[in-house]
This record gives sequence, structure tokens and C-alpha cells, in this order.
Amino acid sequence: MAIDELEKKLRPPEVALAPYPAKVITLASGETMVVRECTRADVPALLATVYPLIEVAKDYYDVVATRMYNEILSWYRYRIANEFVIVGAIEGVIAGIVTSRHVDPKLGMSLHTMTIKRGLRVGAQLFAAKMEHHLEYLKEEEVWIVAESPIGFKRWMIEYELEDRSALYPGVRHELGGVPTFALTRKLWDAVKAVKCTGTRPVPPAALKTAEKLIPPEEYIQLPGWKRNG
Amino acid sequence: MAPRIGIVGAGHCRFGNSSDYDLVDVIAYAANEAFVDAGGLALRKEVDQVLVANMAGGLFNRETAVASALVSRMDMEPCPAELVENGPASGASAVKLGYMAIASGMADVVLVAAGEVMRSVTGWEATDIVATMAHKEAEYNMGLTLPGFAGMFTRLYMQKYGLTERDLALVAVKDHDNAAKNIYAHVQIPVTIEAIADGPEASVVNNYVAEPLRMYSTCPITDGSAAVILVNMDSPKARLFKKKPIRIAGIASATDTHCVHNRKDPLVLDAVRLSAEKAYKMAGIGPKDISFAELHDAFVIFELLISEEVGFFERGTSFLAVRNHETDLRGRLPINTSGGLKAKGHPVGATGVSQIFELVRQLRGEAEEGRQVKDPKYGMAVNFGGFGNNVVTTILAKD
Repeated sequence: MAIDELEKKLRPPEVALAPYPAKVITLASGETMVVRECTRADVPALLATVYPLIEVAKDYYDVVATRMYNEILSWYRYRIANEFVIVGAIEGVIAGIVTSRHVDPKLGMSLHTMTIKRGLRVGAQLFAAKMEHHLEYLKEEEVWIVAESPIGFKRWMIEYELEDRSALYPGVRHELGGVPTFALTRKLWDAVKAVKCTGTRPVPPAALKTAEKLIPPEEYIQLPGWKRNG
Repeated sequence: MAPRIGIVGAGHCRFGNSSDYDLVDVIAYAANEAFVDAGGLALRKEVDQVLVANMAGGLFNRETAVASALVSRMDMEPCPAELVENGPASGASAVKLGYMAIASGMADVVLVAAGEVMRSVTGWEATDIVATMAHKEAEYNMGLTLPGFAGMFTRLYMQKYGLTERDLALVAVKDHDNAAKNIYAHVQIPVTIEAIADGPEASVVNNYVAEPLRMYSTCPITDGSAAVILVNMDSPKARLFKKKPIRIAGIASATDTHCVHNRKDPLVLDAVRLSAEKAYKMAGIGPKDISFAELHDAFVIFELLISEEVGFFERGTSFLAVRNHETDLRGRLPINTSGGLKAKGHPVGATGVSQIFELVRQLRGEAEEGRQVKDPKYGMAVNFGGFGNNVVTTILAKD
């Protein structure tokens, strides 16, 4: 596709990021969740998954959904630099999504984690996968993290015992509006990854095939009574 | 001779996250459900006494005096109301006091409503608040929490009797199977033994909380409420209620040392055994007569230990019964048919009444399809407070 000169000026410079190798996790329910990096071809399914949650105020789904919708769309339309999206899918149905951004060789900027299927620590597994990508494959030294919801704060700041950098504001300022910034350093990651991060690689071809074409969920526990095309 | 006392109404909310709601409203929800079950909201004017069970509304929600607040919220003035706080045994303690109020002749109809909203604080704060029931100088100030205690307790049992982590997971699998069929349960998700114990990812999916206790050996932090209406079955008021009473055949409590280290053997739960013995004696039955039981499994090790103390199994053998599926829904003695605290959830002050609600549903034959115990006659509930230092055992009978 030809890109005109103005568009070239509008697009952010991007570096080629190391790929995130897919893995599969057996959840407590016995269901297997394929965790893989998304491509731009996945974007319609991702947006269709996120969109209904824009109206769910509980647990800050509205804030996370609107921001994540923007992040995925901006990535699709080349308006954000070096973003990556990782998805968790059970039999192809999207169970959770994470977004993040490679800032430079030393720093990662965690954007959002959205759990669609709740009660099985899907969000915790995907957050761990996001950190795994930053620190193991992109080889950054640390990741800056913020939380919009109390659940996010419990899961990341407390469970990972993240370093609180809020006192260093404005020198240390997360991109998401300058809210208090916490950091997962390599040292912290090395201390927790064995108990936080799991998954089997390589993913058996049959399992991987189930996650080839992503499917937006038909229903959401966050939206009682809501049905896609209902 | 004490009158016959029975339960004519029972209500329950869906356990889970109610942190957006006021504590008194959460309790009122279950109370209203109990009146609807009993025949209608107008029956609340027949109540002679309200007892509300709540462990720590002052700490979780900054709300106190919730019993009188409930009466006002439900337009039940001038009905007398008192709060019952007895740690996580508050619920069954309130039912016991309701029984005593009727037996004494001071009341013919008692509403016992119970609730707790814990998810208003972080999990760590909730764990800390619950730990305040431990001995202040010897335990709480030393940093001990209930999961920490239960972890040590489990390790001791493992060393003495050969229990394994997989055995704990088997209890969780059973409880989650039951909760998945219970419309009131917090976690209605079945789990598999492969995923939480046998598989290569199990150690992360089912991570340690207090070694050797893992996430699926531990109850979630849950909000919720439950209520029952007690009536003097021999009084004229009993005829006002449409449901046939489920009789309280036995109810008793006992207290053990506050400090666990003062016990001769930490694995022996005297208060459980003594309260059960008194309840059996009052009911005129023994362990073999019990059709099913709700046992206080805040940690799955408690289900095992309590089932031994109340005489269902020989000491050190309960986990073998779990391996043999004897405590499954279709086993010879179903335990925690509701999903137990482990999966139904454990809103601390509400749990005892929630257990009794489950006994009522099962004895009436009103449990969901696939979860109903076949022809039950006697159901037992053991509500366990502190680290076993205050325990209430209740036996209900279908006459």
C-alpha cells in the first residue's frame, strides 16, 4: 500500500519488536487458554470484545475499556509507537486482553489489562504474560505500571510488591495521565516470576489453531442479560 | 419442657461482591427474602425479637448498631433488636440466642438476620481485620493471621496422618462442583484436579497462600447475607406461616482456649467435639443419623478436622473418605452440599445463618436439581469462630 508523505510524517517511528511466543495455560476450571500476541488482523474482534464494556462503571471497566479501545485502534491505525497486544483465548473466545508499549531498550510502559472471563485469574495470567514479554523477550530493565481500579491495585501493586515511584513525580511519570507510578524491576520480576508466570511452550498445533481466529464473547458476566446480536 | 422451635422462613442473597451496597441494605435483602419465603412481608409485624449477626461492620464498613438500623430500615419498629458478635460464629450464635429467646417464653417469633460486607477493603486489610479475633498479645501482635494459623495446622496434620496437598485439592474440587450448582454461591465455577493439583501449571494456577495451603484450599473474601425466621411451633402464631417448620432438634456451643498454644494438642478441637456432643444429646441422635452436613471450611483442612471431631470419621481418616468420594453429593454422607465456605463464600458474620439456610433448603427438598440430597432427615451445621475457640453446632430435623 502506498503511503503518502503526510501520512509518513504522522506515523510514529517504530522499532521491530521481538515476537512473543505463544503459550497455553490450563486454568483451574480445566479449560485451556492460549496466550498469544495479536496481529492487526485480530483488531476487529478485539474492538468488538472491548466495546460493550465501555458502559460498565463497576470496577472501572468503563475507563479501562475506553482507553483500551483507543489503544488498540491507535495501534491499528499507526498512531501509537511500539505497542503490543496479547490476548488469552479459550476455544478461540477472547477471555482477556492486555496492551503495553515498548518505550526504549530499558523501559516498558504497561497500558491496560482487561479480564473478560472472571473468576479464573485470567487477568493475572495475562498481566504476567505481558511482564514476561517486556522483561524476557524485549529485555527491558523495568516496566512502569499504574492501576485504575482497586482490583488492579490489589493484583499488581500489592501482589507483586511493586516499587512505588510516586514520590519521584514528575520525574517519573507514567503515560496514563501522571497517576501514581509503580515499577516492576528485573530484580522484582526474578523474585516472583516462578510463582506468577506459567504456561507451556510450544503450543500444540491443534490448540494454537483454536486461537487463530479470535471470537468475541457472546455474553459478559459484567453485563447481565446482554447478548451479542441480541 | 421447652417448646418445639422451628424455622418457617429462610432467605439468602447471591454471595459475591456487594461492596457497592450499604451493609444494612444487604442484610435487609436476605431478611425480606425470608419473609417472602414464610408467606409475605406483612409477617414482619409478628416478630417479637430481631437478632442481627455481624462480625466487623465497624471495621469493614464503619457501620455499627446495625440491628436497630435494620429494624428501622424494614419498618419494624418498635420490635426489640440486638446485635450478636461472636467472630465467624456470629451467625449460628444468633440462631442459638433466638432459640433461647423462644424457649424462655420471651418471644414466639424471632428474625435472625446476618450479613457482612468485606470487599469494601483490600484482601490484606480483610485478612488483618479477621485476625483481630486472635489473642492480641500472643497471636495478633505477633503477625499471625488465620491463613497462617491454618497453614501450620495443615502441616501438622500432614506430618501426623499423611494428608497430601492433593487431598486438599480433592476437597476443593468437590466443594466447587457443589457451588457450581448453587445459585447463591460466590464462585460458581467447577475446578479440576488436573488443573489445581496434577498439571504442570498447577503451582501457579493454584498458588500458595500460606504453605502448604494454596488458593484453592482457602475461602474467598465474600460479601453476603442470610436470614431465618424462628417460631414457637406450639404457639398460635405458628399457624400464620405458610411453610411447614423445619425443627431445630439440637443447638449447642462450646468454647476452647483463646490462645491455641494453651491446648494440649493443637489438632484436637475440643469446642467442636463438645458442641456436637451436646447437640446430639439434645436431638437424641448420633453421628450415624446425620444425612448431610455443612462444616465450616474457611480452609479445607477444617472440613476434614471438623468431620472427625463430630464423629463422622475416625481421627486422621477423613481425607481417605474424600478420596473414596464418601462426602460427595451422591456419597454416603454429603458434606458442604452448598459448596461450603470454600466456594459458596464466607462473609464472616453471615456464614452460620447461611449454613442453616442450606440445611433448610435441603430438608425441604428445595435445593437445585443435581444438588438435592436424597431423602434427608437430619442436617448438621458446624459454625466455627476464632481458631476453634467458639463453636456452634446446629442439628435440624424434617419431621
